[in-house]
Amino acid sequence: MSSIEDRVTKIIVEQLGVKPEDVKLEASFVEDLGADSLDTVELVMALEEEFETEIPDEEAEKISTVQAAIDYVKGHA
Amino acid sequence: MTASAEQTARVALVTGASRGIGKAIAAGLAAAGYTVVGTATTQAGADAIGAMLAGQGGGVVMDVSDAESVTAAMATIQAEYGAPLVLVNNAGITRDNIMLRMKAEEWDAVINTNLNALFRVTRACLKGMTKARWGRIINITSVVGTMGNAGQANYAAAKGGAEGFTRALAREVGSRAITVNAVAPGFIQTDMTEALPEAQRDNLLSQIPLGRLGQVEEIASAVTWLASDGAGYVTGTTVHVNGGMFTG
Repeated sequence: MSSIEDRVTKIIVEQLGVKPEDVKLEASFVEDLGADSLDTVELVMALEEEFETEIPDEEAEKISTVQAAIDYVKGHA
Repeated sequence: MTASAEQTARVALVTGASRGIGKAIAAGLAAAGYTVVGTATTQAGADAIGAMLAGQGGGVVMDVSDAESVTAAMATIQAEYGAPLVLVNNAGITRDNIMLRMKAEEWDAVINTNLNALFRVTRACLKGMTKARWGRIINITSVVGTMGNAGQANYAAAKGGAEGFTRALAREVGSRAITVNAVAPGFIQTDMTEALPEAQRDNLLSQIPLGRLGQVEEIASAVTWLASDGAGYVTGTTVHVNGGMFTG
């Protein structure tokens, strides 16, 4: 099983169509990775699927960077 | 029209499908090959829909005016049929009264069932459509939403609101190949118009260039077209089906 970091990175690469090397921990989905608001919702949906968890809307809104996504998964999955 | 294989696999959800226009829409989509789920507020209504669809979908109890009922019904639909990729928001009520006499309850009931329900049901279906990167949302409005009608301020407000919702959502989800349109029926032959006194009926007919009331199947055919792959470039618009009584 690959690490949570790798799995999250893979999802971001797939969902946003970006290069793996651009998915840096501090990268913001919207500002650095070119996501629009629908993309960020879809990203959360993909994370929910991959990690078999439900992310409440209030929490989902806070997941705006790669680090935040990894932290959320580590804390909840 | 032969249904594509994709079309056959698609689940279409029609709210308020136990009678009138909704029933005809459910039948029309089933005939076009979709797996149709129709909702009704009672178990008897849901059973009747199930019998009509004869295995090509089924009936589910859902009260669109109640958030919990919508959530529960959506979970059932998701589990039994999968995510609906075609949504027809049809369920609606009237509580006609002139404004000076209209009760707050009459206003609220119409806004809740005809407009707030769009928020509940559409939101519940959008995730599946977004994921599929394909979807059709068709809101059944009314010519009254554009023309207005004395005694129907609540209904006109809800239907006009639904058309604004249609335009805004079309812009929001277009990038995911989800189209959002409205079908605005004029006067259609249903139990409701059947009950009108003859004088009022004649007066109504005099305002309709085609000189007759519409048939529920004529609404269903517009809906089936909007749901089809062929209507994929149509979004954010209202298709008027009213015999020419209003020409935008």
